[in-house]
Amino acid sequence: MDAPRESPQQADPQEPQDGHGETLLAEAEPVTNTNGPKQNSLLEEEEEEEEENLYTEATEEVSLDSPERDILLSDGPSPVTPPASLISPHLPHNHLYTHCSFDEIEEEDGPDLFDINISVSDPEKVGDGMNAYMAYKVTTQTSMSLFKTKQFSVKRRFSDFLGLHGKLASKYLHVGYLVPPAPEKSIVGMTKVKVGKDDPSSNEFVEKRRAALERYLMRTAKHPVLLKDPDLLQFLECSELPRALSTQALSGAGILRMVNKAADAVNKMTIKMTESDAWFEEKQQQFENLDIQLRKLHCSLESLVCHRKELSVNTALFAKSAAMLGNSEDHTALSRALSQLAEVEEKMEQLHHDQASADFYLLSELLADYIRLITSVKGVFDHRVKVWQKLQDSQLLLQKKREAEAKLHANKPDKLQQARDDIKELEGKVQQGERDFDQISKTIRKELGRFEKERVTDFKAVIIKYLESLVLTQQQLIKYWEAFLPEAKAIS
Amino acid sequence: MEEDKTGTSSTLSVSATSIKVTEVSKDGDALTFIIVSQKLSGTGEYHVDRTYEDFEWLQQHLFSLEDVPGIQGIIFPPLPAKAQLNPSAKLVKQLGLLATGENWMLYCKALEAYLQQVAAHNTLNKTKDLETFLTSAEPPGRQKVKKGIFNRLSQAVEGIRKEGHKDVDEFFKTERDHNFTLTGFSKTAAERFLEVVLTEQKIAMACGHFAASLQLCVEAGEDPDMQTFSKMCVKISEVMVSMKSNVQKVAENNVSTLGLGLDLESRYQEAEKEMLFRRTCKLVELETASRNAERAKPVKKAAMDEIKRAAEKDFDHTSGVAKQEIARFQRARVDVLRQALIQWCEQQLLTAKDSAELYKQHLQAFRGPASSDPSS
Repeated sequence: MDAPRESPQQADPQEPQDGHGETLLAEAEPVTNTNGPKQNSLLEEEEEEEEENLYTEATEEVSLDSPERDILLSDGPSPVTPPASLISPHLPHNHLYTHCSFDEIEEEDGPDLFDINISVSDPEKVGDGMNAYMAYKVTTQTSMSLFKTKQFSVKRRFSDFLGLHGKLASKYLHVGYLVPPAPEKSIVGMTKVKVGKDDPSSNEFVEKRRAALERYLMRTAKHPVLLKDPDLLQFLECSELPRALSTQALSGAGILRMVNKAADAVNKMTIKMTESDAWFEEKQQQFENLDIQLRKLHCSLESLVCHRKELSVNTALFAKSAAMLGNSEDHTALSRALSQLAEVEEKMEQLHHDQASADFYLLSELLADYIRLITSVKGVFDHRVKVWQKLQDSQLLLQKKREAEAKLHANKPDKLQQARDDIKELEGKVQQGERDFDQISKTIRKELGRFEKERVTDFKAVIIKYLESLVLTQQQLIKYWEAFLPEAKAIS
Repeated sequence: MEEDKTGTSSTLSVSATSIKVTEVSKDGDALTFIIVSQKLSGTGEYHVDRTYEDFEWLQQHLFSLEDVPGIQGIIFPPLPAKAQLNPSAKLVKQLGLLATGENWMLYCKALEAYLQQVAAHNTLNKTKDLETFLTSAEPPGRQKVKKGIFNRLSQAVEGIRKEGHKDVDEFFKTERDHNFTLTGFSKTAAERFLEVVLTEQKIAMACGHFAASLQLCVEAGEDPDMQTFSKMCVKISEVMVSMKSNVQKVAENNVSTLGLGLDLESRYQEAEKEMLFRRTCKLVELETASRNAERAKPVKKAAMDEIKRAAEKDFDHTSGVAKQEIARFQRARVDVLRQALIQWCEQQLLTAKDSAELYKQHLQAFRGPASSDPSS
């Protein structure tokens, strides 16, 4: 199901992409920054985070393009050097995933404990017709000094989230940070909502999206480096946010990107890195395997959710039959019992429906989130390869220049000087390349360590919630059965 | 009592309620059922093996009992459709709930109910054929039996015309209407209940797949976080296995109690429908004979009158027996449904309690002691 990775061509920065006059950021200059991410590496971020919508329910979601690609056209600020070290202790909060036991503090730092809780709520339709959109309330509760107040809310729309993700990805992905992927766009789902259908499937869509946005923000905020990012802080705190234009689905830019994607696929496949670090090789294999397993699991789960919904429907049908039998029955006590049977079955219909929701929102979405996260992981691995490739290229070029210089004699003093200048420059480049490569490798190691710890916490929290739902269902059933038994026995 | 050529005045030597169909064995495509019954004298039990053909033999003999006035007014206990080892889709549909049990156990229960009903019927249990069926070591003759007047095919053809024939009796009019409604509703209820059970089975399978797939997530490696995750996957897999067995048990309970009850109710309503139809046919015969007698020429009059009197007598007997059968049937079916509902409720209650307990244990295992070990 994986589309091949690609590294995009560097597009002409001045080329207008669509009728909105959006342009690429001017990032094509090969600036040699010694201090941080190279400008032109911005273009390499259109990551393969979410190449396709993997969890498409038949009638619902269609993802035209991955939000990552929006970075190309993001109207975010220019890249910022991420901090050199991973800081801040990492303590799980206790909201979305309740009942977590306290993990050990990873690294001691400043006085701030990690304490933040973000919720997304109150979806509200704004506007009419095809220009309508859903506004969500984003509420942050925190005691951290990073923020101005302890509790505050803002209104955000879906494209704001995508815009935020675009900015974060453009700054951090290419240096090896696992930026959590944003939830997917859906043409079909949103169109229904815009058109004003107030039916269960539209409501379900909005709820699914709301929950996904909430998980997205929490996951992002949990990242000690991302939490400090000014764009994230602005997103959470500012009442007015400039509209992120580049995320519009069906834009001309989107189509251009798709074309680029296809072309780059071929390019990508030819990069082969000689891995000197066995750790990376091992890890990559592990993540490949994990990806396959999770997708399989997700499939079985979708099957489970589907059947559970079916059960709810069939139970309702049977309840109706029982009611009809009860109504036609002459024998009074039997008639009463059959009517009670119908009521019990109706209650069970609701229970099954609720259980299907738990199946989906807890388990299925967890797996889907992790499948998306793994594409992030694969993305940073790929970035590392690119960095290595760059280094190789620089080294090769340096070697060539040296060889050429050796051949140049004192005959042509100008040329010799030029050559020596070039070599000096290239040596600088090579050094920078080596530093970049070390840095990204180091960051990735740290990030994967964090990922693996988080994974345990996440899964545990979800399973506990899920088990609680199972226990609750059984307890409800016990109540229903205990109430029904005397009715059955009363038949004489 | 007239002389019993078919032994209608013998009594059954075994206790009706003790009849059990205990086992089924497979022989090629055919199934053989082991039937055990206790001697009334208390001195032991009978074990016999019978095939479906033997059951059919019995049923046909019951239909063709002689010297039972008004026999057509009897609501004959319904025999389930023939079961085969590799049933066709059509057969599976026909058998409905009876095809869902494990190893045909449910089907055996249905056959058992049939035998018990026959043995408890005061007229039907007097036939020697029943005694032979239940006690003889040799299978009863498996030769083709004469099809009595109960040939379903011929009934079906005439049925459409006669079924709606207006009744002369208020009691029977009501009963026919009522039966018509209940036959439809009970059949639908049984079918929809079957759908519920089939969906539950699908859920169980999905849980099983999930559990199996989870096992594959277990990664080898010394990394402590990875080990923790692997252990967690194993635990989650166990939760899924518990879920699977819970749903399976719920489905099993459904099928073996309420399912069986609904199936029986549905088939018994059909049996009553057939009886009412036979009586209606008698009514039509009577009305025809009366008209003929009225219009008969003096030459034929005496003969026609005789036919009319015979038809009248037959009809009266049939109606008389029918009334008794209906009363008996009404009592019996309330009993069956009552039993089914109570057992269903009790079993589901027990299963729910067991499952709640099991899930709580899983929950404890995950939450672990208050200390920091996330994998406990």
